[in-house]
Amino acid sequence: MTEKGKLALYWAASCGGCEIAVLGINEKILDVAEAFDIVMWPVAVDAKVKDIEMMDDGSIDVCLFNGAIRTSEQEYMARLMRQKSKVLVAFGSCAVDGGIPALANLSDREAIFETVYGHNPSLDNPEGTRPQTETVTEDGTLHLPIFYNTVRTLAQTVDVDYFLPGCPPEPERIWDAVLAIVKGELPVVGSVIGANTTVCDSCSRTRSEKKISGFKRTWEVIPDPDICLLEQGLVCCGIATRDGCGALCPTVGSPCIGCYGANEGVDDFGARMMSALASVLDSDDPEEIARIIAEGIPDTVGNFYRFSLAGSELRRSALHVSERQPAETV
Amino acid sequence: MKRVSIDPITRLEGHGKIDIFLTEEGDVANAYLQVPELRGFEQFCVGRQAEDMPNITNRICGVCPEAHHMASAKTLDALFHVDPPPTAKKLRELFYSIFFATDHTTHFYALAGPDFVVGPEAPVAERNILGIIKKVGMEVAGKVLKMRADGHYLIKMIGGRPVHPNWAVPGGVSRGITEEQRQEIEKMGREAIDFAKFSLQLFNDIVLENSDYLSLILSDAYADRTYNMGTVDENNHVNFYDGMIRIVGPEGEEHVKYPASEYVEYIAERVEPWSYLKFPYLKKIGWKGFEGGVDSGVYKATPLSRLNAADGMATPLAQAEYERMYETLGGKPVHATLATHWARLIELLYATERWVDLAVDPEITGSEFRTLPTETPDEGIGCVEAPRGTLTHHYQTDERGVLTHVNLIVGTTNNNAAINMSIKRAAEGLIQKGTVVTEGLLNKVEMAFRAYDPCLGCATHSLPGQMPLEVTIRGPEGETLDRLTQYVNNS
Repeated sequence: MTEKGKLALYWAASCGGCEIAVLGINEKILDVAEAFDIVMWPVAVDAKVKDIEMMDDGSIDVCLFNGAIRTSEQEYMARLMRQKSKVLVAFGSCAVDGGIPALANLSDREAIFETVYGHNPSLDNPEGTRPQTETVTEDGTLHLPIFYNTVRTLAQTVDVDYFLPGCPPEPERIWDAVLAIVKGELPVVGSVIGANTTVCDSCSRTRSEKKISGFKRTWEVIPDPDICLLEQGLVCCGIATRDGCGALCPTVGSPCIGCYGANEGVDDFGARMMSALASVLDSDDPEEIARIIAEGIPDTVGNFYRFSLAGSELRRSALHVSERQPAETV
Repeated sequence: MKRVSIDPITRLEGHGKIDIFLTEEGDVANAYLQVPELRGFEQFCVGRQAEDMPNITNRICGVCPEAHHMASAKTLDALFHVDPPPTAKKLRELFYSIFFATDHTTHFYALAGPDFVVGPEAPVAERNILGIIKKVGMEVAGKVLKMRADGHYLIKMIGGRPVHPNWAVPGGVSRGITEEQRQEIEKMGREAIDFAKFSLQLFNDIVLENSDYLSLILSDAYADRTYNMGTVDENNHVNFYDGMIRIVGPEGEEHVKYPASEYVEYIAERVEPWSYLKFPYLKKIGWKGFEGGVDSGVYKATPLSRLNAADGMATPLAQAEYERMYETLGGKPVHATLATHWARLIELLYATERWVDLAVDPEITGSEFRTLPTETPDEGIGCVEAPRGTLTHHYQTDERGVLTHVNLIVGTTNNNAAINMSIKRAAEGLIQKGTVVTEGLLNKVEMAFRAYDPCLGCATHSLPGQMPLEVTIRGPEGETLDRLTQYVNNS
């Protein structure tokens, strides 16, 4: 890139952790500012949507877009940033696969509103007030964006050029991606920028092809510090998960929760996990295996699709599942 | 009626928007802070395994994931009826003190600092952290960067990851620390105390020695007389990790002191159709609208609130600063919104002192850092002080520990009503008949909510720049009469 490029960063349904991760590149952020004019970054520099709207199409070189698409406003911004950017990167697990916010796809708008504004024990809402997209007050009319039933990934909303997973991506991976962009060494459009090995590959714990009789919940056992967590009966997702972190969670004694999503060649994260779990069980009987998994892992969706429900084959549960209302509330 | 919109202000679990309505005469009629986003954690956590909550709820906020991680772990202690061993409790509080010191540092220097160090009327292009560096020198910038880098380094060392730790579990933590790590934590902690002392000296020299700033802090445009909330220890001293919730009235008298588990008796949440964010208030006082005073249930939960709600600080250096603040500002309680910045620095000093106290505790390297639960899980409530206010998690499960009900009252939410009031008051004080809406005026409205550090700033915390604002003045038909933007170009 000979002249200074234009870089934009935007966030949709996310937590801000991706921004903190970007700041984690520390003093290298000055190198980024050297190579690019940052034309949008709501947390740090100007965020005027109007200025972006007035730019020519394709005039932003690279947009790093984090967060899933949950509201009409976020969808508008995704479309706008796509239109104005040559290269659009889905940044972080929420943009790539839906992330934690996409667990809401097990529910729907009505059920969420009912819980949040209708059923919580601390609520005082006898009239059943719900947020409205338009509210007329004595002072004037106030507007809120539409809250959709379904959370979508960025690629389910607009065309995406590259994917940078992780919740959040480690600063080192972010820096790798920035270098690839600056040097013009980006991979084939549609690729993930990052490793194509698994978390297991960089985990220092010892594996011994040991078979187990069942699964344990993390609160039921203090694991040995040196042995593979899966072989100790804990649901560790390292075997299906793309590396990028260097196995940070297993290093502190916690199972991998799959935040970088499925590794290259893994079509469905949950299916890969099921076969991995079956392979460590000391049984060849499919029925017995299914029973052991159901007994040891009451929430398979939350374990196997915690960061990837929107991007998975499942995508969401059937709409209008009103039986999914929370049980007895206080 | 005319309307002044400030949109977008940045993050408040997404982002926020301020609408200020003006009468035909040009006076402020009303002001609204709208939060246009909701993610629905309280619903989609139902069905999850309870032990996964510290790793799900930390994704509520990437700026203070440590607060959710810790509140969630404490909730699980209660839910599984398990008492963590002393080493675990101390490790959690050590980790939490390091987090607090780091978070308060970034807020003061990058977000709030520019208004005072560079000045509220300074040119926009200088009113950012680069302006601070220019004014106080690279040496200071180096100290700030080191404090942040050390903090994040230790958070990763102890909690496993620099953002979204995966470490606290029901009954304790997943890993202890070694003696070698302890020494590094202690060394960085001692440097952090020096940094906190330096920060208070800087505040003293630049802000308190300047009578204009002092009168700005004490001006009526930035004062709302409400109740204050904070967590206190057995001596009624400020504590971030554990204790009783204490609420004091506008005159400083104790309204109530209760264990976190009884929050439903004292806190209620109101829903307004124009915001996705709820409005908590004191249940026994009742909701009387967006009003201050002893008869209105509106309360604040901020660094200043915590100091107002306590009788003092548990560490000596912070206690001395606590006394000096109340002496300077005319006694307790202090209602000046902008004094929140001073309170935040006193909390920074306390956090660093606590950090070192815990780092030299003989039990901190103990090998008993987890107690395994043996009882059937059912229900738990857990509280910590997040940097931006008291944070409450409340879960219920079936007998397998699968969640059936989740309620969350997060730090900034406590202050939703008070922030609305502060914005209105600042606007009223600054916009009157015929006022020309200038950039400097905008910044002063912005200062009213910036004091709350309402998670709007998030990473504005740490980079050059400030909250981008756009104000549109519209006529009765919605037509644009005037438009004003503030923009910081750092290149």
